[in-house]
Amino acid sequence: MLNFTVRRIVLVMLVALTVSVIAFFLVRLSGDLATALAGEDANAQEIADIKKIYGLDRPLIVQYADWLLSALRGDFGASLYFPETVGELVAMRLPTTLLLAFSGLVVSLLIGIPFGVIAALKPDSWVDRISMSIAVAGQAIPTFWMGLMLMVLFGLILRLTPISGDESWQHFILPAFTLGYYSTPPIMRLTRSGMLEVLSADYIRTAYAKGLKPLRVLFKHALRNAVIPVVALASVQFGHMLSGAIVIESVFAMQGIGYLAWESILRNDIAVIQAILLIVCLFYVGLTFISDLLNAWLDPRIRVS
Amino acid sequence: MNDISADHPKLDPDNALRSNLTKHLFRRISAHNSILIGGGVLGAIVLMALFAPLLAPHDPFSQDLSRRLLPPFWMEDNNPKHILGTDNLGRDYLSRLIYGAQISLMIGVCTAIISGIIGSALGITAGYFGGRIDAVITFIITTRLSMPIVLVALAVVALVGGSLHAVILVLGFLLWDRYAVVMRSATQQARNMDYVSAARAIGCPTWRVVLSEIFPNVVNNLIVIATFEVAHAILLEASLSFLGLGVQPPDPSWGLMIAEGKEFLLFDPWVITIPGIALSILVLAVNMLGDGIRDVSAPENRN
Repeated sequence: MLNFTVRRIVLVMLVALTVSVIAFFLVRLSGDLATALAGEDANAQEIADIKKIYGLDRPLIVQYADWLLSALRGDFGASLYFPETVGELVAMRLPTTLLLAFSGLVVSLLIGIPFGVIAALKPDSWVDRISMSIAVAGQAIPTFWMGLMLMVLFGLILRLTPISGDESWQHFILPAFTLGYYSTPPIMRLTRSGMLEVLSADYIRTAYAKGLKPLRVLFKHALRNAVIPVVALASVQFGHMLSGAIVIESVFAMQGIGYLAWESILRNDIAVIQAILLIVCLFYVGLTFISDLLNAWLDPRIRVS
Repeated sequence: MNDISADHPKLDPDNALRSNLTKHLFRRISAHNSILIGGGVLGAIVLMALFAPLLAPHDPFSQDLSRRLLPPFWMEDNNPKHILGTDNLGRDYLSRLIYGAQISLMIGVCTAIISGIIGSALGITAGYFGGRIDAVITFIITTRLSMPIVLVALAVVALVGGSLHAVILVLGFLLWDRYAVVMRSATQQARNMDYVSAARAIGCPTWRVVLSEIFPNVVNNLIVIATFEVAHAILLEASLSFLGLGVQPPDPSWGLMIAEGKEFLLFDPWVITIPGIALSILVLAVNMLGDGIRDVSAPENRN
């Protein structure tokens, strides 16, 4: 396990480094930073001066190294639009997105695991079929449209929830559900197949045979073993939700980093885009690492391959 | 299947076999059903897109500001000339919907082809050669998987400017990961087959072994993933267009129609309901077709 972990850490560092290169160059190629800083009607001399002041006349690779080293210290430069530094801006907006992604994850686990367990207890029953059909249908509904429809139904017609913003916990209900329902099917499927496998194991039969209560067997013996891969999947899904938040936050006008990224892309605010891209990618890398460790801990075969 | 036979022991093996067969038969039929329904609906949408100029009652681009936001047929004050009403610029909604199918299908199919070529090439190369080549390609796949698609796609589309071609290229170069992962492991399995060793033993060049021995045996995976990626690309295009960084106005992309209808959500929710339903039906049809093909071609991968 230690050997595996060390190898994984080296891989993760390499991936993180590659991703940082991509985040830097992708965005840098997307616009001329000097022109953006100088403004629309700057002349050639002003642009040249700006290049000199901000060090944009240096080779790109030097600029990259400089950017990465500053970023590692939490200094992502200045936004073109906001008075705050990019670091402050992201720190201010990140909690909303993390909270949104976390509540989305809770929603998908709360729906996915129970239905997965019920489906596994009665495979091919109507519960199984119906929950799987709903899952298939749900996967076809675009999240942003689902968000708008929920907004119309619960916000405008029933007037049960606020329709946009992020001031109170009520504001998170619709976005969390919108984000969560889309990740439910994979969690449901994995719970179902995991439970099916565990329930046919000998130790479950033994547990039943020695007269333990069925619910106790189900929760203590079966679910506990079936749920670990689900946790691993959930950690990857959390990353997807951070990225999915960009759509959901713009639908519900929530001031998270997704909305910030969208606004910044529209405004060509390069430093902000780079910072968010890097941070979300690093979250992805970290969460995938956790998921890999969980799976490897569970299944020794993964460790040696 | 994982039958929990301990609960209700079946003493009569014939009976057990029969019930298993019924179950199996049911599976096959339901797989065919989802192929029939998914394929049928998809076929209808494809025909609709192909014959859009004949089917559309109006020009999808012609504006008539005196007829803005006319309601669809199930509401009061509807205009029988515009069955699904008109949008905020007075353009016929049904015509825009019909032409919109062209955009969604084009994006779905072209993206799936581009990403399919990239992903299969990477996956088969990694699976066939193994060793260092495999390590490098696995690293490329891992790196790709560490990048959030929506965010990267938005940034790149902003770079090259939103258009149909830009969206197809960007999504095509982003969505190859699933092909690569599946083709890699399928190729690893196929590589160790006796017929592959035989082909190598009689001196077949590598390209020939790959094309005529490996490829035909992994191609069914390719078709299944391709259908799911079509659906994935259609949904992503809709999201990008919804965010204003995909297909640009006045083109009738369904995602863009939802974005344009967003401000009329309060009084005219049908403006976003109609294109949303169209999108969901299309994606559901494609997914059902994919599920069906998978169940028929490789039932063991069902779970």
